[in-house]
Amino acid sequence: MILVLVETDATGAVEVSRETLTFARDLSAAGGGVPIDAVVVGALPCPVADLAAQLASYGVRDVHHATGDAFGAYGGAAWASAVQSVRASVGSVVVTAAGTPRGMEVLAHLAARLDVTMAANVVAFDGLAPFTVTRQVVGGAALEDMVLGERPAIFTVAGHAVEATTAATPGEGRVVTTAPEVAAADLVARVVSAEPAQEDLSGGLKSARVVVGAGRGAGSADGFGDLLELVDLLDGALGVSRVVTSLGWRPHHEQVGQTGSRISPDLYVACGISGAIQHWAGCASAKTILAINTDPDAPMVAKAHYAVIGDLHEVVPAINEEIRRRRPA
Amino acid sequence: MSLDVLVCVKRVVDSTGEVVLTEDGQSADGRYAGFTLSNHEECAIELAVQTATAAGGSASVLTLGEPEAVDQLRSALAVGCTAATHIGADPGAFGPADVAREIAAVIRDHEGSGRPHDLVLLGNDAADTGDFQVGIRLAHELGRPVVNGAATIAVEDGHVVAGVKGPEGRETYRVPLPAVVTVLEGGVEPRYPTVPGRMKAKKVEIEQRTPSTEPAGPNRRRLRLPPPQPSEVQVLGKGADAAAAVVDLFEQLGVVAR
Ligand SMILES: Cc1cc2nc3c(=O)[nH]c(=O)nc-3n(C[C@H](O)[C@H](O)[C@H](O)COP(=O)(O)OP(=O)(O)OC[C@H]3O[C@@H](n4cnc5c(N)ncnc54)[C@H](O)[C@@H]3O)c2cc1C
Repeated sequence: MILVLVETDATGAVEVSRETLTFARDLSAAGGGVPIDAVVVGALPCPVADLAAQLASYGVRDVHHATGDAFGAYGGAAWASAVQSVRASVGSVVVTAAGTPRGMEVLAHLAARLDVTMAANVVAFDGLAPFTVTRQVVGGAALEDMVLGERPAIFTVAGHAVEATTAATPGEGRVVTTAPEVAAADLVARVVSAEPAQEDLSGGLKSARVVVGAGRGAGSADGFGDLLELVDLLDGALGVSRVVTSLGWRPHHEQVGQTGSRISPDLYVACGISGAIQHWAGCASAKTILAINTDPDAPMVAKAHYAVIGDLHEVVPAINEEIRRRRPA
Repeated sequence: MSLDVLVCVKRVVDSTGEVVLTEDGQSADGRYAGFTLSNHEECAIELAVQTATAAGGSASVLTLGEPEAVDQLRSALAVGCTAATHIGADPGAFGPADVAREIAAVIRDHEGSGRPHDLVLLGNDAADTGDFQVGIRLAHELGRPVVNGAATIAVEDGHVVAGVKGPEGRETYRVPLPAVVTVLEGGVEPRYPTVPGRMKAKKVEIEQRTPSTEPAGPNRRRLRLPPPQPSEVQVLGKGADAAAAVVDLFEQLGVVAR
């Protein structure tokens, strides 16, 4: 049996959890159709019946809902304890979750408790005997083939490793409510307060239709004038590479990438950004990418849909000028 | 209260440029790229030094790695750590559980000799192996609480208060010491070493240790590079002359009015 830890929001299972269920289905098929169960923990932001129906469409047999005071506030150890008790009751040989901060944290706790290996950020499995997975390492710049010999095999699935698709044959989606006991020690590290969004300064960046990106090519903290003007003309947001935040040219909440915001605007204009894999991780979902770079061989140029080869300090003011020129008076 | 903070770091190949693998496919090759610390760990060092200074305590640094990993210990010493421990070993032979066990052994030993570490900081995940679990496994070994992915920390009334960017916004944890915290970059600016800082760091004697047990290993078969994607880029032009073609594109995409 494959057990999938599912994270939820108001719409049901979050996309990366649905991707993980899709991945689990491929694994199940390769293993001769072993059943897939889901585990959800704590108060749900959506009705459990709706969630169960949605999970059934992804092929889930039983949805184990762990409830109780212990799960009122999030805590990695308490959640792991819940997953562990569900796993013990259903006897799963595989436990998986999405490679989100919570998915990683809960499964790492579980792996430590059970003293088995955990593989983070898996993108594929290569064989079942022995169970071999391929995972992203070096921030996605390299892949590692890794053997998961012990039981249960514990791993997280990297975001976008597969596309989330519903099952040809839906599962039953029965809700099984449980109230697992949690040891006092597992309740020590829990969220004591959460301040929702208003100070999440990256909100505008994440929702902008157009993002103008700027990298080391901006040259200095004073080199952003024309770029900010382009942001203004396109009614967009500024996003920067890590070099820019590390050098203190711009604040961290503007960073795009693996350790910054992940964005999916209609247009990303990447100016003076090399396109390192860690930056790419944050902008790959942009619908159209225009790279402006002095180096025709920069990875960002190779990966973009459109490119202009040149110095951004010449190209960007010329674009601004052209937009203003074409504007109706 | 005199607070002792231990920060655990790892020497990694600088992967900001092109990544090249060693011939045996077991690790990234640092011969040309050079070695560094991950940004998570640079922030962890900064938080260790700030927290220790605020509490009138001290910060020390530990690494498990090849002899050259002493360079990374010296960089932490140059920015305010005052003691360092080096567990000499080939890090490629150690899986995350092995590393956690070795760090725990050192912490227990230090504790036994009257030098307990109240707070242990680590990077959220290693920049090379990306295992996401050494901190949690270490907390398990030591029977301590652990907070993951902290951007900020403060110590008050025998507790560590950690700020984490979570799905519900900015989340706060308040955990009694001794505790383990893994640090995610972005909450603090690491400071650069000064020349006197570097000079001082050179003189610090580094505690040398050997691993306490045989490592079980990382279960790695091999590393490989992902296949290159074919480029389909359309070059709109060179320099300022390309501006008209760019704005045509913007109009076509509907991001500026026609
Ligand atoms: C674990 C880890 C996590 C990371 N997370 C992130 C992350 O979240 N986000 C991120 O961005 N990076 C991240 N990085 C860093 C990443 O590897 C790169 O170092 C970084 O993205 C490079 O930034 P850059 O492209 O601005 O700078 P560089 O790599 O220095 O590239 C500058 C580019 O600008 C071009 N250029 C220079 N001058 C001009 C000019 N005048 N006009 C036009 N073009 C010019 C150059 O040709 C070059 O292509 C991470 C690294 C690691 C190891």
